[in-house]
Amino acid sequence: MATVLEKPEHLRLTEQGKPVTLLEAIREGLWEEMERDPSVFLMGEDIGAYGGAFKMTDGFLDAFGGLRVVDTPISEIGFTGAAAGAAHMGMRPVCEMQFIDFISCAYDMITNYIATSRYRGSGGVPMVIRGPSGGGVRGGPFHSQNPEMAFFHTPGLKIVYPSTPYDAKGLIKAAIRDNDPVLFFEHKWLYRRPQLREVLPNEDYIVPLGKARTHREGRDITIVTYAAMVHKCAEAAEILEKEDGLSVEIIDLRTLLPLDEDAIIESVKKTSRLLIVHEDTRTGGIAGEIAMRINEKAWEWLDAPPLRVAAADAPVPYSPPLEDYFLPQVDDVIKAARHLAKY
Amino acid sequence: MATKTKTRTAAIPHGLTREQLLEMYRLVRLTRSLEEKLEVLFKQSKVVGGLFRSLGQEGESVASAFALNRRDDGTGDMLSPLIRNLGSMLTIGSRPVEVVKQYMAKADSLARGKELNIHITDYQRGFIGQISPLGDLIPVMAGVALTFKQRGQDRVGMVYIGDGATSTGAFHEGVNFAAVQRLPLVVIVENNQWAYSTPSKFMTAAKQFIDKAPGYGVAGEQVDGNDMLAVYAASKRAVDRARAGEGVTLLEFMTYRRKGHAQHDAQTYVDPAEIEHWASTNDPIDRYVKTLVDNGWATAEELTAIGADIDRELDEAVAEAEQSPLPEPEEALTDVYGDGPVNAPWTRHTPPDPTLA
Ligand SMILES: Cc1ncc(C[n+]2csc(CCOP(=O)(O)OP(=O)(O)O)c2C)c(N)n1
Repeated sequence: MATVLEKPEHLRLTEQGKPVTLLEAIREGLWEEMERDPSVFLMGEDIGAYGGAFKMTDGFLDAFGGLRVVDTPISEIGFTGAAAGAAHMGMRPVCEMQFIDFISCAYDMITNYIATSRYRGSGGVPMVIRGPSGGGVRGGPFHSQNPEMAFFHTPGLKIVYPSTPYDAKGLIKAAIRDNDPVLFFEHKWLYRRPQLREVLPNEDYIVPLGKARTHREGRDITIVTYAAMVHKCAEAAEILEKEDGLSVEIIDLRTLLPLDEDAIIESVKKTSRLLIVHEDTRTGGIAGEIAMRINEKAWEWLDAPPLRVAAADAPVPYSPPLEDYFLPQVDDVIKAARHLAKY
Repeated sequence: MATKTKTRTAAIPHGLTREQLLEMYRLVRLTRSLEEKLEVLFKQSKVVGGLFRSLGQEGESVASAFALNRRDDGTGDMLSPLIRNLGSMLTIGSRPVEVVKQYMAKADSLARGKELNIHITDYQRGFIGQISPLGDLIPVMAGVALTFKQRGQDRVGMVYIGDGATSTGAFHEGVNFAAVQRLPLVVIVENNQWAYSTPSKFMTAAKQFIDKAPGYGVAGEQVDGNDMLAVYAASKRAVDRARAGEGVTLLEFMTYRRKGHAQHDAQTYVDPAEIEHWASTNDPIDRYVKTLVDNGWATAEELTAIGADIDRELDEAVAEAEQSPLPEPEEALTDVYGDGPVNAPWTRHTPPDPTLA
């Protein structure tokens, strides 16, 4: 029989005043909500003694115990369903998908049961499903996906996908406090990027769901994007400014559902040009939805048709040259922005 | 100088021949050596992505697959492996060079750089690649076995699942479907006692996985997974039952995962003494070698010669794989559909043309 070892003592959280990564920021958010509200608890595979595949919940078991840090069998439909049941009884479960790709195993539970619960008269389901998503790490087709659009079409769900440590912490706290089911995507390529480190406020704060953020101010082109692509677009914007004198505004959606339409419209009214960039595949991607809303509500302000840069319509490939070709790159954003500017 | 040879040779059990015993040795030694090679390549950053080892459980992979009709013309039995079944893959007919190419994400690997690990398929040689979501291949292999039954073919399916992955709905639905249809399917639960960091007791409240067999109405058998001959015998019985129209068998192989879940996992949650205990007293290859030599079925010299051949073969395989090119970037767009590549993103056209995609 396998023996389980006692875990060594762990540092509780990052020291105050020390810059944190996106992963550490989410970890702090989870920790603080667990401390603040005894109804918050965690469920997932290997989240206890091991601390999660990406070490997000390292130390949580020691601090909060096995009733609040529940290691589950490999049963995505089982533990998301159980989370819904617990939420009905007044708990606030946070489920980890070891990789977000495996959320598809729980698709039925999330879309048919959880998302419709309030509408059917069974009450809201205050629960969060979170996990690492996104490509760029040579993870192959089942450890790299961006499945947000598979759920975007389901009324009753909220979808969050942060790009900075500050937002990630504020959004995970808001998601846990929200009275509806929230899918919280964490781009694994951003988890430990040292460039993203930020010093976070000492005091408790949240970032409200459903509100976009201006990542960079500009006058000539609006780029609407989220998650890892925020940083690729920012890199492109620097180059466009230097080489073309173009002033690019970047809107980071932060929450995809509900979509902050007003923020996009306001920016488009200022710049008159819209580029939407996402790492998810193109057909049925969020760019189509955003462009249509702009057609409906800001058509008169446009100087050019809205354009999009997205991943190719293929599964995520494994080999480096294939994955690099598949994913939108800085160069794609630059080309698209130049095309728009010339229009 | 002549070495002292045994005067008496014990009878070989389970209808196996001496050649087959040596072939099983070759395969299990090949499995371990190939994984060791892959680990070296991983440390040299030549393996793309992650790497899983099956150290300590290679014996059951080889011995179970050895019970199948192994052909390369699409008429043999079929198996679907898991991450730790490199041994099964080599036994059914996968070649070391193609495994190395696969891990190096090369253009001429079986998955052409699009997939990783041993997620590879060759229906002619009898293997179908699993996908990462655990359990999914149980119903798929039920469908493979269903076809054998529908067509009246004398063929059997074998599918592997970890102790952890038996918790999935896909496992349950697949086994149940195959059971109800009395399909020629052998379902192997590899109880290596760990699922990533989670011990088996958190995976099932049953005393043993084999207790589930009566619940599905199928035959069940538990075997010492590090005793290759016992694994072979039980697998052969299950395969024979399947061929005789007696339906599904659930086999539970008792073994132990001596490495972390994958290369990045330092296994801090395991008592090192426990690993050491399995390594020193219950290594499947050590045990098999001892059985071969003690019974006079093989000499140490023969086994050493087989080892030397394997080392040569692997050096050649690595050299050949290193020479292979990476795929051309545009290959990312092929094989999505059967009737031609999907469109290239418009920004990759010169000049960029948004009307093109
Ligand atoms: C549906 C699903 N959930 C989670 C995972 C992540 N995952 C990959 S391997 C693994 C542990 C598997 O343990 P086990 O089935 O016992 O096989 P072993 O690794 O021990 O051979 C987990 C949780 C997955 N691949 N699929």
